[in-house]
Amino acid sequence: MFAAGGSMASSSFRRKVGGGLAVIPGTRASVHNGQLLVSTGASSLDSVIGGGLAVGTLLLIEEDKYNMYSNLLLKYFIAEGVVSGHDLFVASAEEDPSSILQELPAPLLDDFHKNNLDKEEKTTGDLQKSMKIAWRYQNLPKLEVTPAARSRFGHHYDLSKAMSSEMLQAVRCHTFFLPTECGSAICCSMGHAYTLLLQSIHRVIQQEGFDGSCPQKKHKNILRIVLQSLGSVLWGDDICCSDHPQYIHSLTRFLHALRGLLRMSLSACVISLPAHLIQNKAILSRVRNLSDTVVGLESFIGSARETNALYKDYHGLFHVYQCPRLNSLLCDVSGTKDLAFKLQRKQFTIEIVIHVELQGVLRNCLHLPPDLSDRASRSSKQDLSECSKVLNAGCAAMTAGRTHLDF
Amino acid sequence: MFVELNHLLNSDLDKLKQEELTLICDIKTDGSFLVHHFLSFYLRAGCKVCFVALVQSFSHYNIVAQKLGVNLTTAKERGQLVFLEGLKSSVNVLLADGQKSEQKNPLQFLSDTSCDLKVLYDFVRNSLALSSTNTWKCPVLLVDDVSVLLSLGVNTIHLLDFLHYCRATICSQLEGNMVVLVHSSDDSEDEENELLVNYLCHHSNLILQVEGLATGFCKEVHGQLRITWKGSCRQKGEKDVVKDYQYRIHDKTVTFFARGTSAAVL
Repeated sequence: MFAAGGSMASSSFRRKVGGGLAVIPGTRASVHNGQLLVSTGASSLDSVIGGGLAVGTLLLIEEDKYNMYSNLLLKYFIAEGVVSGHDLFVASAEEDPSSILQELPAPLLDDFHKNNLDKEEKTTGDLQKSMKIAWRYQNLPKLEVTPAARSRFGHHYDLSKAMSSEMLQAVRCHTFFLPTECGSAICCSMGHAYTLLLQSIHRVIQQEGFDGSCPQKKHKNILRIVLQSLGSVLWGDDICCSDHPQYIHSLTRFLHALRGLLRMSLSACVISLPAHLIQNKAILSRVRNLSDTVVGLESFIGSARETNALYKDYHGLFHVYQCPRLNSLLCDVSGTKDLAFKLQRKQFTIEIVIHVELQGVLRNCLHLPPDLSDRASRSSKQDLSECSKVLNAGCAAMTAGRTHLDF
Repeated sequence: MFVELNHLLNSDLDKLKQEELTLICDIKTDGSFLVHHFLSFYLRAGCKVCFVALVQSFSHYNIVAQKLGVNLTTAKERGQLVFLEGLKSSVNVLLADGQKSEQKNPLQFLSDTSCDLKVLYDFVRNSLALSSTNTWKCPVLLVDDVSVLLSLGVNTIHLLDFLHYCRATICSQLEGNMVVLVHSSDDSEDEENELLVNYLCHHSNLILQVEGLATGFCKEVHGQLRITWKGSCRQKGEKDVVKDYQYRIHDKTVTFFARGTSAAVL
């Protein structure tokens, strides 16, 4: 695993950040444990999982029922890799990886910087007119506006536009499409697909020199690995089909070896898994134990919550099941776990959902005069009590208290 | 090594207990901090340690151990610590291109069809076997964690056999200790794992059960630890002693306190 700071440093007074590895574009060192992080592309996801995805670890995304939103997160991750100039490895059994690459969201690079520039010019212009007292600051150099865009950590994307193909050509992309790798789709025996995939990843890591063990001649870079819908039937796996699958261990074995590969190389991996299809709960808990970070998407489509007033702004719930412990006893658990996501026209965001309810509770506790929004929420009180069941226990205690305090 | 935990367990660096099987069982939380504790504790005590690490890389254990004041690299060089890096072995076995090295990989069962853990047992026994120039105290086997072996496709019966052989060799024959971590959960429906947990609970002398708070996340309390000293069967009528504590993990240590006396409550 790669800590950005000198992990072998004997003195505890040495600065942790700013080691040799931190110069890779699009990465930064974690403030908690000095771990080298890459962005997932969605800034709200980054903040939820502790600042970003640590290099050498694996993020497991449990897919929503109709697989609408989890694919978006994968695309964000790939797009961030393209913008940062990282190498990519995209594997899928369902759709051709090259078609996934065509539909990446467009980064908001130029606009962002133009806006920044405009703002700055405007403010300096204003300064010259109105604030004569600050004359001595006039000759100071302006803020550096364009540190090469790619070295920034995390970018913003516009989902309504597709990324231009020129940007894609600039990065090295390895694809793995199971039907073409297998020759014919039928010959894939159980677990064989995973072996092929593992060998392919291993080959890329060795040939391109992401191997931490062998010294790299060129400048160091990160490999982003994306595996879509792992464990689905198309991967030749039967864990989604039956309660007692014949090859129960093929996926977990693959994950263990993949974890080993990741730990030994400069790479970060995101896997999506159709968790709702897996019949045997035992497999799911084993898979979670073998991943580092585990998050889950639960969309409201087809559930009663879709029409619930509390959730009217959101498209689903976002669960953080597991946070990794890396190079420390502690793990970065964010305080609240009641998160919801929404998909706007241009972006995907994850927000804390509990605050809507808390406001009501606080107001009742403090006997503040109810305002309009409070009345609106009280009209849907039934819905709220229903929601209190689904939110986790800590929140449920809060809402239980609410019924006592209610008047 | 957490001093507070040593007080709770009545363990002392100078007066080591022997022939003990300690089980760390975590439920919906991560009990790995106890593995780090026992690793640094036994290395400080001067025991010969064999560490079967299946979930994390060597550098992770090393960095955490340094925070606890123990250097694994030097311990390895001195021959005090034998470290099996499961992640590396797993990659080597699964990606071996037909070429067979003379030295057998301890995780050989991944490629064989027989799936028994004889090679792994031989590895453990050889690394802990008494030598003539023995400068270390009693041998200790640490496993983090046993549940992973089930995920890797080991038959439950083979795994129980392996644990039984290890117990017979290390705890009885060599008068050493074993510390084993296992995941457990009430609603996982993982029957194989439950069988494993039951077996280990029955045979262990000390059970450390780590559980997350039922009420959810709390800043001041990270979980609850239940310590169970099993009554030995030799003295009849002796009952199990159970004590509950809550704990909070800090950067370099862990504090334990009675239930309900955390800073969040008082």
